[in-house]
Amino acid sequence: MKIKSDTLTLDATDLKILKALQEDARQTYANIGKRLGIAHSTVYDRLRKMERHGIIKQYTAVVDGEKAGLKSITALMTIYTDPKESERVAEELSKTPKVLEVYASLSEELLIIAKVVAENQESLHAFIANYLAPLPGVLRIRTSIVTKKFKETPFSISNDADKLHL
Amino acid sequence: MNTENMPKSLRTFPREKAFYFFTSIGNYTGVSAASLKEFVERINEVNVKSIEFHLYRGDFEKWIGETLEDKKLAEDVGKLQKTNPLGDQLRNQLHAIVSKRYQQLAFGLGLVR
Repeated sequence: MKIKSDTLTLDATDLKILKALQEDARQTYANIGKRLGIAHSTVYDRLRKMERHGIIKQYTAVVDGEKAGLKSITALMTIYTDPKESERVAEELSKTPKVLEVYASLSEELLIIAKVVAENQESLHAFIANYLAPLPGVLRIRTSIVTKKFKETPFSISNDADKLHL
Repeated sequence: MNTENMPKSLRTFPREKAFYFFTSIGNYTGVSAASLKEFVERINEVNVKSIEFHLYRGDFEKWIGETLEDKKLAEDVGKLQKTNPLGDQLRNQLHAIVSKRYQQLAFGLGLVR
């Protein structure tokens, strides 16, 4: 772990700690240290540094909404925008709790792609018709309602395991 | 013209009260109408699938009744829904109803001759 002008450069040990933590964030420093063959104090120190530098953003629970009885639908929206207003549309969307992810993409046109959850199709439509469509700069919207989820994982150190030789 | 004396159905509304045309749930065409006059024009231009989508959900009736506050026109559009027209037949019938109403109201105020 090296610190250069407030930027933390991670070494292989840091990445291994992160990988272990992403597999189970509730395990103890001692347990992680034992697995990696390092002292628990080293695990503690490195984790604190990564928290301070915002590399670890939060410790959270991954909830299966379906099993928790929280019925909702997920939809992916492609929003075609006036390039001058695109940033503002993306920022407005980002403020809304039911919008989970917002991306900008430049293919043939400037697009905003967003993932949204809603109670049902009617509330999804009401959100798009009453809130999204009236935003200045929104030219048209294509929405695909997810009917089956095959995979959904947050970013993980393991995603890049080959490159990192972990 | 003093807009306070103008029937609400002839006013131009802000973006958040405009009518936005969709072809299905969440699929916005990019066409909107912020007044009855614009609505009459858009009915002739928009994808007919959008007219079918909104008519049978009762969206036109709701917007005309609640935003334009034109109960008579809302009722007439509601009656059209019950006759189950589709495609261009629907477009033509709806256009005839809304444009006739617009002409009546606008004629009363001297906006059209």
